Amino acid sequence: MNSLTDFVIVSGMLLGIGVYGLVTKRNALRLLFAVEIMINAANLNFVAFGQFLFASNAVGQTFVLFSIALAAAEAAVILAIVIVAYRLHHDVDVSELKSLEG
Amino acid sequence: MAVVTVGGALVALEADEIVYGAIGLAGSLFGVAALFFLLNAPYVAVFQVTVYIGAVAVLIVFTVMLVRQEKWAKEVAPTSAAKIAGALTGLAVAGVIIFAAVSSNLSGDTSLQNTAGFLQIGQLISTGYAPVLEVLALVLAASIIGALTLSRADKEVSEE
Repeated sequence: MNSLTDFVIVSGMLLGIGVYGLVTKRNALRLLFAVEIMINAANLNFVAFGQFLFASNAVGQTFVLFSIALAAAEAAVILAIVIVAYRLHHDVDVSELKSLEG
Repeated sequence: MAVVTVGGALVALEADEIVYGAIGLAGSLFGVAALFFLLNAPYVAVFQVTVYIGAVAVLIVFTVMLVRQEKWAKEVAPTSAAKIAGALTGLAVAGVIIFAAVSSNLSGDTSLQNTAGFLQIGQLISTGYAPVLEVLALVLAASIIGALTLSRADKEVSEE
């Protein structure tokens, strides 16, 4: 657990799990979980490359701070949509939410 | 740490009860925070714990408990064809990334040479990236207003 490759491998596994969840699941909350996992894989990659490849440069860490804040905003909006959809349909299966289609 | 992270992610997606899935997601996020500590980035790690586990995970657990009812329990199981397709896609993505990482010469970098800490992050945020910070504040405010409007407008509709 001390070379750049190890961190990139963990990040790749997280991204693969996220893609699997995004393809398989139909529950809106599970989709949110998958997206959060993929965002974390990307953040891990940013920090790993920034810490290993640059001598004295905090750009990787700074970018991840912004990314975490954006992910929090996104999660708040998605959860609000989930609650509204549940009130209207009593279901959060995304294939059932036909009324959201444009 | 890697085991906690990847295992938590698997639990988050595959647990039968969705509350356990939320707790598994929190475990996975905690593992990522520990990996940030290992990467000599304590500020990002603390930020991850505060925002993700302190806010997002708790928000998700609250939503799950608010929304969950009897009908909620019977989650539609994916067909085996969808499961196989998803597993193949995920394995392909992970395999390509892992193959690229292993076959490159990245493993030569075994020393954490970055000594940037709070000071450099603070200087970057308050000087060069100050516009980004402002835009991010606007995005956060807009998202909060949007979330409030969404859950409020519905209440008025259902009362009519």
